[in-house]
Amino acid sequence: MNQALPNSFRSGPDERGHFGIYGGRFVAETLMPLILDLEKAYAQAKVDPAFRAEMDGHLKHYVGRPSALYFAERLTEHFGGAKIYFKREDLNHTGAHKVNNVLGQIMLAKRMGKPRVIAETGAGMHGVATATMCAKFGLECVVFMGAVDVERQQPNVLRMKALGAEVRPVSSGAHTLKDAMNEALRDWVTNVHDTFYCIGTVAGPHPYPMMVRDFQAVIGQEVREQIMQAEGRLPDSLVACIGGGSNAMGLFHPFLDDPGVAIYGVEAAGHGLDKLHAASIAGGKPGVLHGNRTYLLMDPDGQIEEAHSISAGLDYPGVGPEHSWLHDVGRVKFLSATDTEALDAFKLCCRLEGIIPALEPSHALAKVADLAPKLPKDHLMVVNMSGRGDKDLASVAEHLGGQF
Amino acid sequence: MTTRIDTRFADLAHEGRPAFVTFVMAGDPDLDTSLQILKALPAAGADVIEIGMPFTDPMADGPAIQAAGLRALKAGTTLKKTLALVRDFRTTDNVTPIVLMGYYNPIYIYGVDAFLADAKQAGVDGLIIVDLPPEEDEELCLPAMKAGLNFIRLATPTTDEKRLPAVLANTSGFVYYVSITGITGSASADASAVGAAVQRIKRHTSLPVCVGFGIRTPEAAQAIAAQANGAVVGSALIDAVKASLDAEGRATKATVGAVADLVASLAAGVRGAKQAAE
Ligand SMILES: Cc1ncc(COP(=O)(O)O)c(C=O)c1O
Repeated sequence: MNQALPNSFRSGPDERGHFGIYGGRFVAETLMPLILDLEKAYAQAKVDPAFRAEMDGHLKHYVGRPSALYFAERLTEHFGGAKIYFKREDLNHTGAHKVNNVLGQIMLAKRMGKPRVIAETGAGMHGVATATMCAKFGLECVVFMGAVDVERQQPNVLRMKALGAEVRPVSSGAHTLKDAMNEALRDWVTNVHDTFYCIGTVAGPHPYPMMVRDFQAVIGQEVREQIMQAEGRLPDSLVACIGGGSNAMGLFHPFLDDPGVAIYGVEAAGHGLDKLHAASIAGGKPGVLHGNRTYLLMDPDGQIEEAHSISAGLDYPGVGPEHSWLHDVGRVKFLSATDTEALDAFKLCCRLEGIIPALEPSHALAKVADLAPKLPKDHLMVVNMSGRGDKDLASVAEHLGGQF
Repeated sequence: MTTRIDTRFADLAHEGRPAFVTFVMAGDPDLDTSLQILKALPAAGADVIEIGMPFTDPMADGPAIQAAGLRALKAGTTLKKTLALVRDFRTTDNVTPIVLMGYYNPIYIYGVDAFLADAKQAGVDGLIIVDLPPEEDEELCLPAMKAGLNFIRLATPTTDEKRLPAVLANTSGFVYYVSITGITGSASADASAVGAAVQRIKRHTSLPVCVGFGIRTPEAAQAIAAQANGAVVGSALIDAVKASLDAEGRATKATVGAVADLVASLAAGVRGAKQAAE
C-alpha cells in the first residue's frame, strides 16, 4: 500500500462525512436540510452532559448494560487454540446490539421534536429495537421490511406489531433490506416535517455512519474494561459479522489504534463468493448508494445486484463506509463465511455453549472456527455475539430439514 | 457557453410562453420503441426532453418510474445504450434540448470524464442527478460545467432562503423546482403555493424555473406553467407507455401514438398559459 497511513484510525470522518474516499452525503435535495439539522442536533446532544447521563441511565436500567463478557470455555476447548470470549450483546433487552444505537437516535428524535419515526429492517432486530424505544418514548413508529424478510422473520414481525409499530412489507426489487431502505428514504422525502429516520447500521448519508458508530462504541468500550479485569491486558484479536457493520464497528472502533489487536470482519458469502452472496468488500467495488460511497455489489453498468445470505440481517449489497476505508488502509481484515459454514457454527454454539446465536453472529463464529485452532492458547479472542437466534429457529430448522 | 437549453428558453421567453418539459425513460419498454417515442415528442409539443437513465434503486421515484426503470433494464438498457439513443435522436433533431436525469452510481462506474465526453459528443445538453446535492459538487457538477453541459439542480420546498444561494450557485440551464416534498408520481401541488415558491427562487436567480412532480393533466399543466417558465410531466407519460403494452409487457402499435397524443394534449394546456411575470 503506497497510501500514507493516518496517525490515528479513529479520527474520521472529516467535516463532510468522508472516510478517505468513502462516505459523503449523496441524497436528494429534499433531504439535505434534514441531514444538516440532524448533524447539528447530534453535535449538540453529544456534548450535553444531561443527554449523556440520561442515555447512560437507560442503558443500565432498561437495556441492561454492561453486557457480559463471557469466557466460552467449551468452544475454546473444542478448537484447542485461542481463548475465546463472547461479548454478549444477545443479552440486551430486545436481544441484539441494535438497541444501543436505537436508544441514542430515539432520544435525539425526541429532542428534535419529531413525533414520527421510520426505520428499515432486515432480520427485524433493528425494527424490534425501534418499535421498543418508540413505545417507551411515546413516538409513532413505522418499519419498512422486505416482503421476503417478513416471511422469514415472522416472530419479529409479531413483536413489532405487539409493540404498536406498523410494519410495511416492501415488494419492490428483491423484497429484502436494500428495498426496505429505498422505501424508508421515499417515506422520509415525503414526510420531512415530522419524521425522524432511524437507520439501523453504520451506513447512509453523513452523519449516520459516525453517529451510529458512536452509539455502538459502548460495546468496545466495555470490552476494554472487562478484558482488563478478566485478563489484565487487551485482547489479541476481535471478530464480528458485517451486515452494514454496526455491531462490528461498535466493537472495533475503540481498538483501532491498538496495533497489537488484530481485527476481523466477517461478511456473508451466501452460496459462495463465485455464486450468490452478500460480501460487498470481497466481491464488490466502490460505488454510491443510499447516501454514501462504499463497496457495493453491482454489475458492470453500475446497477446494484441482489445480495444473498441465509441471514436476513446480512442480506445487503453494501457495507458502512468506514469499513470500506478500514479495508483499503488495511487496518481491518475482511473474511467471509458461507450459509453452510454459518449453520455449522450455529449448531456448534448451541450444543457447546448453551447459547442459541442469531444467524448473523454465526458467521463470525464460523471464522472463529478457522482462526482459533491455529492460534496459541494464550491468544485472547473476543467475538461479538451480536444477537440471539430465537428469530431464526424456524428458518434454521427448515434449512436443516427439521434436524437440529 | 450556450447550450440548446439556453437557446430554447431564450426563444420561448421571446414568444412569451412557458416550456413544456417531458420525461420518458430510456429503453422503456425497449430501445427501439423508446427511440420512436423520443422522435415523436418534439412534433407533439415537447420543448425540452428529459430522458431517465434507468437505475435499480431510484430512491426519489414512485412506483411508475421505478417500474419503467426495471422494464428498461430488463430490455437491456445500459448507460452506453442510453447515450446511443441520444446520438440516434440527434441524427434527425439538432435543436430540441436533451437532459439526462437519474442517479449517480451508473455514471460513477462509467467514469465521470468518459461519461461527460461521451454525453457531450452524443448531443446531451444537461444533467439532473437526483442524489448529488451541492455538497457533492466536486463529483460531477463542476466537471460537467467544464465539459460544457448544464447541471440542473432541484430546488424543493425544504430548500430555505439560507440554502437557496448554495443550491443555485453552480446551477445552469434552468432550475427544476420540485413542487412537493415527496417522490415522483405523488399528488400535485397547489398552483398558488407553487407561484410563491417560484417567485422566491427568482429573487435569487435569473435562470428559468420549471416546475415538476405531480402534474398529470392539461389543466394542471396549464395552472402550474402559468406560475413558472415551464412545467415538467413524467409519471403520466410513463403510465401511458405502460397502459399501451401487451400482456407480456411488450410495446404494441399503440405505444408511440399513446404517448404522443398525451403529450399533444398536455402541450396544448401549457401553451394556454402565459409565461410567469419576470
Ligand atoms: C443480531 C444481528 N447481528 C448483526 C446484524 C447485522 O448488522 P450490523 O452489521 O449493522 O451489525 C444484524 C442485523 O439485523 C443482527 O440482527
